[in-house]
Amino acid sequence: MNWLVAAPILIPMATAALTGLAWRSVPLQRALTLAGMTALLLAAIALLLQVQHGRILVMQMGGWAAPFGITLVADMLTAIMVLVSALMALAVAVYSLGDIDPVRARTGFHPVFCALMVGVGGAFVTGDLFNMYVWFEVMLIGSFVLLALGGRKEQLDGAIKYACLNLVATAALLLAVALLYGVTGTLNMAELALRVRMVPNQGIVTTIAVLFIVAFGMKAAVFPLFFWLPAAYHTPAVAVQAIFAGLLTKVGVYALLRTFTLIFTGDTGWTHGGILMWIAGLTMLAGVLGSLAVRDLRRAWSWQVVAHIGYMIMGLALYTPLAVAGVVFYLVHDIVVKTNLFLGAGVVRRLGGSADYAGLGGLFKAAPLLAVLLFVPMASLAGFPPLSGFWSKLVLVQAGLEQQSWAIVAVALVTGLLTMALVGRVWAEVVWKPHPDGDIAGTAALPAGQRLALVAPLVLLSGITVAIGLYAQPVMDLSSRAAADLLSPEPYIRAILGEPPPPPVLVGELP
Amino acid sequence: MMNSLILQTATRLLLGLMILFSVFILWRGHNQPGGGFIGGLIVAVAFALHALAYGVRAMRKLLVLDPRTILAAGLALSILAGFVAALGPGGLFANPYLEGRWFVTYTPAGEKSFAIGTPVLFDIGVYLVVIGGILAMVQGLMEED
Repeated sequence: MNWLVAAPILIPMATAALTGLAWRSVPLQRALTLAGMTALLLAAIALLLQVQHGRILVMQMGGWAAPFGITLVADMLTAIMVLVSALMALAVAVYSLGDIDPVRARTGFHPVFCALMVGVGGAFVTGDLFNMYVWFEVMLIGSFVLLALGGRKEQLDGAIKYACLNLVATAALLLAVALLYGVTGTLNMAELALRVRMVPNQGIVTTIAVLFIVAFGMKAAVFPLFFWLPAAYHTPAVAVQAIFAGLLTKVGVYALLRTFTLIFTGDTGWTHGGILMWIAGLTMLAGVLGSLAVRDLRRAWSWQVVAHIGYMIMGLALYTPLAVAGVVFYLVHDIVVKTNLFLGAGVVRRLGGSADYAGLGGLFKAAPLLAVLLFVPMASLAGFPPLSGFWSKLVLVQAGLEQQSWAIVAVALVTGLLTMALVGRVWAEVVWKPHPDGDIAGTAALPAGQRLALVAPLVLLSGITVAIGLYAQPVMDLSSRAAADLLSPEPYIRAILGEPPPPPVLVGELP
Repeated sequence: MMNSLILQTATRLLLGLMILFSVFILWRGHNQPGGGFIGGLIVAVAFALHALAYGVRAMRKLLVLDPRTILAAGLALSILAGFVAALGPGGLFANPYLEGRWFVTYTPAGEKSFAIGTPVLFDIGVYLVVIGGILAMVQGLMEED
């Protein structure tokens, strides 16, 4: 029995409880959050070491055996996702030391931030579809509170749009889960993988699969269900924006990746090659065009979150081992880069006094080292070699060429080109152009402690991006193994249901 | 706050009764309908009623602890209840999280007479989380005016 599987849920949850008990003291809350997220990171590293040789860790909560109880399970993909999200949580926790004002801290930033991480960790480790819905709910409630913390008018405007559209997605997810349970009589994902193949009417399974695309797709912000994202993401505190942009939509992508390699693989020509392929292309184009249409740094990055979801969906749509490995690689790359971009935009706004291109500029003159630091995620976003964005796009494009899916490859390349145009424009507007108010102060003007808290996460995340770029092969190896596990899920199913898998009997088919 | 003598008098009576009833619901919840969630709701309703009758300040005074503290304490209690399973048979951390640990007494005839275990502790945690959560909302909504 390995309790490490439960660590991605238990550590943030315990941290949430402790920070909640310490709500009177902001310094204590900060110390507890930092300690908790460090512990989460260490647990995530231990988890990855445990699963690196193809071992699959399983824990049946409360000793109730699968398929009746709730199963927690960690394979390679889960371990990678938990590790990357723990890194982001730590980076954002450090950044929040310099960003979250005492008023927000007293109204509950730290406990709710930890609760958000409970939802993220839970969605990654759960092996039960209804439980996954519950973790999405936990994330949703946490993100409502974080969006509204501070209570400015534009925040409440964003929070209401976010809440309404996400509640629709949640309702769709619940409906899809209920229908799938009605058809198969189980919610355990491993058992579902066996049972959906035996449903006599496969048309119903495909219909439910499309409902799952709608539900998880809305969470992942794909075309045409992404409108809540650019409406809300630029409004809350920078630390909140960064963790949202880094993790929340990617949990949706993870859920799609898990369910559409494990459960809904009966009609891949239609669900993957048809619907998901169209969604991927349109998401990329809509996102990148949106990012070029706005003249606000945070809004531009919000639209870029949408655009790059398209690449990951493209990998899933191609559905070859190389493409799925590309999705895993892209997830790792994109989580780091998006968090970094939003954190960087926060620092830029603090120095330049605006998030609008018109009110920004002169960054290179004021803070040349910071400008170089910001160049890393921007260049990686655009796909400059040798950074992480180049390799992840290369893998996906190569997978597309192997499948001779010329159209999607063309869309991916055009999107990359337009992203490069956006990056060039941001560089010119924010870094090169003189600031409209004359010279601005550099990072030296910030108090020393705050400077450290704001810049250290940028150094860490930019360092990771460069490291992934320079040591792409080890990351690609891990991604390939994760993809191989996803595409041949028999060991995963056996690890959960025991050996040999009991012959499934469909409800309603008994004599 | 409503200045109604009838409501205030009734609340004084009802508050104790409702809390007593919620403990009963919490206790029977292990094997029958009830449990920590519904019990916590009943307590929260009782205190919300008190807030309506006497004002939210009086309710907060009666509660002694801040609702947020109650919420966090409940969460901590529920997490700890799951950790008791780590001490189970077969060595440290040999059994899964949240597995029940029971204290059972037997009648001389060898039948089970009384059993209490970690699920009750977990349920008390849920009870506190619900009380704290709902009352924090009640407090937040009623403090405005």
